[in-house]
Amino acid sequence: MVTEKDVEHIAELADIGINSGELVTFTHQFNAILDYFDVLDQVKGDTTVTRDLTNIMREDIVEPSLPRDEVLKNAPAQEDGFIKAPRVM
Amino acid sequence: MEVNELSFEPNDRYNAFLTVCKKAPYGKGKLSGMAIAVKDNISTKGIETTCASKILKGYVPPYDAHVVELLRHAGAAIVGKTNMDEFGMGTTTENSAFGPTLNPCDTGRVPGGSSGGSAAAVAGNMVKMALGTDTGGSIRCPAAFCGIVGLKPTYGRVSRYGLIAYANSLEQIGPMGRTVNDVSTLMQVIAGKDRHDSTTYDRPYSHTPVADVKGLKIGIPEEYFGEGVDPKVAGVVKTAIIRLKELGATTVSCSIPSMKFALAAYYVTCTCEASSNLARFDGVRYGPAADTKKSWHEAYREVRKAGFGPEVRRRIMLGTFALSSGYYGKYYTKAQVARENVKADFARIFSEVDLIAGPTMPTIAFKLKEKSDPLSMYLSDILTVPANLAGIPAISVPCGKVNGMPVGLQIMGRPFEDERVIDAAYAYEQAVK
Repeated sequence: MVTEKDVEHIAELADIGINSGELVTFTHQFNAILDYFDVLDQVKGDTTVTRDLTNIMREDIVEPSLPRDEVLKNAPAQEDGFIKAPRVM
Repeated sequence: MEVNELSFEPNDRYNAFLTVCKKAPYGKGKLSGMAIAVKDNISTKGIETTCASKILKGYVPPYDAHVVELLRHAGAAIVGKTNMDEFGMGTTTENSAFGPTLNPCDTGRVPGGSSGGSAAAVAGNMVKMALGTDTGGSIRCPAAFCGIVGLKPTYGRVSRYGLIAYANSLEQIGPMGRTVNDVSTLMQVIAGKDRHDSTTYDRPYSHTPVADVKGLKIGIPEEYFGEGVDPKVAGVVKTAIIRLKELGATTVSCSIPSMKFALAAYYVTCTCEASSNLARFDGVRYGPAADTKKSWHEAYREVRKAGFGPEVRRRIMLGTFALSSGYYGKYYTKAQVARENVKADFARIFSEVDLIAGPTMPTIAFKLKEKSDPLSMYLSDILTVPANLAGIPAISVPCGKVNGMPVGLQIMGRPFEDERVIDAAYAYEQAVK
């Protein structure tokens, strides 16, 4: 059972943004879905699963990459050929 | 190399396309001049690619997905980008930010999803073939609902390079068409190893369909005809299986006990992967501008709240929750164990049978707005998610109608036996033609 406070916290962790009206709906839907997920409690074993996959390594060789203006084309905010991001500090 | 141009102005009554390329360049090759539609989560250089999300409105990829490059090399004309559930999250194509796609068989119904636009473009005769993607049934479901053929290839057979990721460990790009032959032709072009996708195998597909099921043993899982499956749909599929027997196959009943956990394991896995994959949409490198005057988190929250639809936000939050401290063991770890059990069940059954058959979807296409509750929508994926969890090939081929709406026969095979799955579907299709 998750509360509206829990959902608010999850929304914060996920940087998703949520308003109070949505909080009620999301909490209600979350609980229905998580109730359904409870079936997994009956699954036996909890060891980490290993798969028969191996890492694929390659030499670290510089290859041609996209030109800077191509990459910047989709960035909504730019300055002096760089992508502009919100302030961190 | 691309010298010719194909004029393409479809009468799109179904909202199948998000972008139409009125003059589509094409070259020489196996698919020369053939109109192919591409789902809007597959990157196309110079053609807007949105994943049917407001957060990618206006995004024009600077490179082609590997499969798109292969299509262009084969001479195909990429005529447009098709509608879908936002980021592939849905079973009806109603979760598109740009309005739902309608089912060409009955415009009061959904085409299925999430590759609903690709299915409608093919079923509505606007294109001969289309690419879709299948994370938990997103090729097979709309193929079944719209009465066309769709293949989810073996995991690793088709490169995902340039596919905008939703749940990497589950999804595959695959072909959709009106006939098994068309699906096979498109598969010939897109399959094979790609050095940009380290999960691909060197297993190209050069097969031509052979209508032969003689001597094949087909497993019929009881879970595919049990609770939640519309008896009329089950009846039509059983008749189709009898047809396969008449063609020389034998059938044996079997059971997939792990099916009980498959849907929960699927939704935990895909939402966890989505919560990580979709972190990149923050309005910095692409998408609507984040307010750079605001703080990092504040700016991101604004962009993501406005840019993502409710189902996408719901899945990101579910995944974040399932991976959070204190819940990881209860959800994610258990889901991975359940996933291994599904794989083990298939491996056990496939040591005794060559193919597994059942319905693709438990019902016919829903009416528009019929599935308003998320959980009830999730439950309709129960027959398609097992193939994604196990990474095995699975096809949906039309096998009759219920209340005038198409029903899909689903045929699953051993890993890398996509050819056998194609042959069985082809044998059935040719027999009922």
